[in-house]
Amino acid sequence: MNDLAIRSLSKSFGGVRAVNEVSFDIKRGEFLALIGPNGAGKSTCFNMINGQLASDSGEIWFEGTKLTGKKPREIWRLGIGRTFQVAATFNSMTVIENVQMALISHANQIYRLWRPAASLHRERALELLAQVGMRDAADRPSRELAYGDVKRVELAIALANDPRLLLMDEPTAGMAPKERNDLIALVKRLVIERGISVLFTEHSMDVVFAFADRIIVLARGRLIADGDAKTIRDNPQVREVYFGTGKTFSKSEASS
Amino acid sequence: MSFNAFLFQAINGLSTASGLFFVAAGLSLIFGVTRIVNIAHGSLYMIGTYIAYSFATKLGGAFGFWGGIVATALLVGLIGAAIEIVLLRRIYRAPELFQLLATFALVLVINDATLWIWGPEDLLGPRAPGLTGSIEVLGRRLPTYDIFLIFIGPFVLWMLHLALAKTRFGRLMRAATQDREMVGALGVNQAMLFTGVFALGALLAGLGGALQIAREPATLATDLIVIGDAFVVVVVGGMGSISGAYLAAVIIAEVKALCIGLGIVHFGALSVNFSKLTLVAEFLVMAAVLIARPYGLLGREQVAVRSVAEPEEPMRPATPTVKIAGLVLLVVLVCLPLIAKNSPYTLVLGVDVLIAVLFATSLHFIMGPGGMHSFGHAAYFGLGAYGAALLVKWFAAPMGLALAAAPVLALCGALLFGWFAVRLSGVYLAMLTLAFAQIVWAAVFQWEGLTGGSNGILGIWPAAPFDSRGPFYFLTLALAALGVLLLRKFLFAPFGYAMRAGRDSPLRAEAIGLDVKRVHWLAFAIAGAVCGVAGGLFAFAKGSISAETIGVGRSIDGLVMVLLGGIQTLSGPIVGASVFAVLQDTIMRSTEYWRALLGGIILLLVLAFPSGIVGGFLKLVSRRKAAS
Amino acid sequence: MMTARHFGTLAIAGALAMSFGHAVLAQETIKIGELNSYKTQTAFLDPYKKGWELAIEEINAKGGVLGKKLEVISRDDGSNPGDAVRVADELVTREGVNILAGTFLSNIGLAVTEFAGKKQVFFLAAEPLTDKITWANGNKYTFRLRTTTYMQVATLLPDALAAKKKRWALVYPNFEYGQAAVAAFKEMMKAKQPDIEFVTEQAPPLGKVDAGAVVQAIDDAKPDAIFNVLFGADFSKLVREGTTRGTFKDKTVVSLLSGEPEYLDPVKEEAPVGWIVTGFPWDKIKTPEYLTFLAAYQKKYSDYPRLGSVVGYVTMKSLAAGIAKAGSTDTEKLITAFKGLKVDSPFGPFMYRASDHQATLGTYVGKIALENGKGTMSDFKFVDGATVLPSDEEVKKLRPATD
Repeated sequence: MNDLAIRSLSKSFGGVRAVNEVSFDIKRGEFLALIGPNGAGKSTCFNMINGQLASDSGEIWFEGTKLTGKKPREIWRLGIGRTFQVAATFNSMTVIENVQMALISHANQIYRLWRPAASLHRERALELLAQVGMRDAADRPSRELAYGDVKRVELAIALANDPRLLLMDEPTAGMAPKERNDLIALVKRLVIERGISVLFTEHSMDVVFAFADRIIVLARGRLIADGDAKTIRDNPQVREVYFGTGKTFSKSEASS
Repeated sequence: MSFNAFLFQAINGLSTASGLFFVAAGLSLIFGVTRIVNIAHGSLYMIGTYIAYSFATKLGGAFGFWGGIVATALLVGLIGAAIEIVLLRRIYRAPELFQLLATFALVLVINDATLWIWGPEDLLGPRAPGLTGSIEVLGRRLPTYDIFLIFIGPFVLWMLHLALAKTRFGRLMRAATQDREMVGALGVNQAMLFTGVFALGALLAGLGGALQIAREPATLATDLIVIGDAFVVVVVGGMGSISGAYLAAVIIAEVKALCIGLGIVHFGALSVNFSKLTLVAEFLVMAAVLIARPYGLLGREQVAVRSVAEPEEPMRPATPTVKIAGLVLLVVLVCLPLIAKNSPYTLVLGVDVLIAVLFATSLHFIMGPGGMHSFGHAAYFGLGAYGAALLVKWFAAPMGLALAAAPVLALCGALLFGWFAVRLSGVYLAMLTLAFAQIVWAAVFQWEGLTGGSNGILGIWPAAPFDSRGPFYFLTLALAALGVLLLRKFLFAPFGYAMRAGRDSPLRAEAIGLDVKRVHWLAFAIAGAVCGVAGGLFAFAKGSISAETIGVGRSIDGLVMVLLGGIQTLSGPIVGASVFAVLQDTIMRSTEYWRALLGGIILLLVLAFPSGIVGGFLKLVSRRKAAS
Repeated sequence: MMTARHFGTLAIAGALAMSFGHAVLAQETIKIGELNSYKTQTAFLDPYKKGWELAIEEINAKGGVLGKKLEVISRDDGSNPGDAVRVADELVTREGVNILAGTFLSNIGLAVTEFAGKKQVFFLAAEPLTDKITWANGNKYTFRLRTTTYMQVATLLPDALAAKKKRWALVYPNFEYGQAAVAAFKEMMKAKQPDIEFVTEQAPPLGKVDAGAVVQAIDDAKPDAIFNVLFGADFSKLVREGTTRGTFKDKTVVSLLSGEPEYLDPVKEEAPVGWIVTGFPWDKIKTPEYLTFLAAYQKKYSDYPRLGSVVGYVTMKSLAAGIAKAGSTDTEKLITAFKGLKVDSPFGPFMYRASDHQATLGTYVGKIALENGKGTMSDFKFVDGATVLPSDEEVKKLRPATD
């Protein structure tokens, strides 16, 4: 059974087709990487799935529910968690309060005016923080955290609604190579334990080829390849886009 | 109104538009680059009128007038640079909007300084040498000076465009308007840039003031009149957009000219005097524009400025020390009538202070944790006051019922206006709230039959047993304490966390299922309702209310109280309101130049405590802890 | 009712006496609490203050009243009714005064009137013009000195009628004073001249007149006469624009307050000659009582008096006369004394009417003229306020307050 089904998704910005008739599926428990050179349409595609952008045409289905047209918060409530390319927390809160906020929202307690929020779901929040290795920092102001730790907290927040699908937009962007592998390994372990499917975009080919179950490749808005690491590596079209002399080759790719 | 008359009024409007443009352009530049809401911009304009008057009358002749205008512009530009260097530069790292407090203090100081130098009388300058007459247009006489103004506006607009496009300074300014951080990254001397922009903005204000002396007298009321107009024009045009400012100035001037031209129009039995609409026309335009175009006519969405200020500490529940201190304060307040037995005035002032505290705390609720800077909080205070007063006047309602009606009417207003306001953010939200407050004010002011117009409603006295000072003080204390504690409770509850989450990062809050607009809308409504209680108490404390209750002055007072106390702390508004109210009361009696003194003290506080009084105190405590 | 009120007064007086026992005993002066919008109405109130300071100096030089000197505790009222009421309360509770005086703006005057009625404190409203202070919202404790809106209009009425003009344009500031003046003008004119037409009404916001547009709109309505209520900066702007555009040419203009030096002097040589105005020709009045005042004022300040100077001066003179007549500062006695109190002023004698507590202080009416490059008044005459006030019978209907 498919968790997420994308059908003929398209989006244009001022005449430029950022995403063009893209279709793919994610199976339950799959760790799927979405890659492509800069400007290939990864983020656009991503933001249509999480509801931040409206698509021009095409459909997105999740467990039999149509996502297209829904707002981010509605999509979240269906059991889809997400993290952001540039990680950040709610800066005026402590680490644990960040997680509690998500738990409170998950429990539909946002509009409560009486009981102190700090007393709600504390145990569960500590558990989540423990899972990402941040339990000791629970009561620190979140704005004091190092960037790598912010990423971990964000992951804990994303797991708060017991998602069945996790969307991660460049989860390792801005991190040192060692940190990268640790974080992705952590994610992989958590999703296996919980049976979560993951769709992530990623710049680092090392990470992708080491961890992804399956890889799909976008170039100039179109899906050009779909398969496991070996298939993708050997795909001539992908090789051309990434390693040929094509204009789409990006310097930042090389340096990252 | 004939077509010719209409056309002529439209031409008239263009000369007024130039005047509006000059004030607004400088304000827009300053805001665009430095993000400072410069309340003192009207004061710079006012100084311009006085200095130009002195040149024109002391030197006299064409040189005194025309040369004086140029000299005035340069002088006011220098004053602007001095203000930036001496004062504002020291507080750029303070929390958002804090600079507003400093410029507010400047308004007070500059007004008294002007009174001291030029005296109380209105000073009408000479007519412009060479442009004293009029020419015949469409069978009517158009003053030649107006024609000059019609052309000078677009000319200065063109010059500014050239300067922004062709000079390095101009390009830096444009870059800074779009992304301030980037300019810092480019290694530009930010201090120089800010000083330059402030000087240029002040120069334009001075020029605008100087050009008006041929048309209107220099008066001490100019500063506040002008600042209101300028903000409206800037916001309608789009913050930071010079062309937008001109476009907005033209639209507003033309709408007003049309209203005046229409005069009284009969719709069947109903006759409407459109000239009365000029009271609020600009605010109606602003509300309409902001609802349709959230960033003004030619404005662009502001790149979120990552605050240069230190972010706020997480909210911690009260420590035992704080709880004990709060309890002691409450006990002292309860015992105040006994302590101050021999000075009944303490209770009179106490009631005013408590009302101010409730007002400021409700404003802080949405400004601080909600991140919504309301510049029109007086609307809900006024709605509360009028809600209570109207019930007493028209239905002879008992006090209990009237006091209960106060938050209800304020709540309705806040629900209505908040629904529109939460769709915007930053300074646009602030200006939309201001527009709504002005619209409420104008409605109350004009609706003589219902509200008593400018004279207001009289005879709103508390009923027994609250009809003497002591019991009424207790009632006020009880309601104020209840309001403050309730708001505090809400902030620690999930709802308060959701407010802050929505403020810290709307995108992330939405991504964990929060309906940020809805949360902020309800927060707006709660704050409005609590503010309404303060308004209701005010009506009974004073025995009468008038439209002034809703005026801009009260909204600004609220901002000052919150900022003075410290926007990032929960007790900030309480301390700020108390200090401001007591200070004002004391200073008003102690000297003739009380405004300057009050402004001076606020300036000192601003420099000494750049995160507000409570914020500064907490920093001191934590530093001492760190040291020991 | 009377007894209940009387009892209330006694109770309050008692409470005050107890709480201020020491103050009362130590008091060797008679304290008067004065409050006004000094910071926002500077052009009028600066001379006003000089006026009352002169009066106090004169009174005290002659030994004061009832053997005690007068002491004025003057406060800024914050220019808004909310602060004004607190300041009034402060004067009463902290300074222990039981006589209040002052105020300029109508809404503040009314708020203090209301306060005085409630707290049973004597209040002499010095300057606010609104009719409501003595009529609709009048109360037992409040008296008013200044010639009211209604009186100003009624003073000008004969000249307006004599002009025999049919098409009138009206221009007034959009707040109660302007609205009330225009309403009174329309009513009185219609009664005497039924075929009158009001061709346009311009009501710009106070202090913010867009003079060019307003003047043009008036011109387009083709009136043969104009009734103006604008004052202050609005008046200056109106005069300059209207003159440049020729709006006032060959038209009768009747204008309230425009002959007061406060408003006429700023326009200097552009003073609109021929306008029929109420005002104060300070350099032309030759009555002995005025010349005495003028000499004293000029000697003390080396400046000429404005109308505000006269109002301030007469305010304190009235209080001194009232206290002397009452033989005490007791509120009830003071009220009784003020009813029908005769006061000598630089404009001659006048009285406080018992029926509505309004002073019959009159006003000068005449035409604006230009002399030595400055505006002044010519063909002026003094109109006694008593002649333009409604009769006691009519006033009863206008004034619900029981005394």
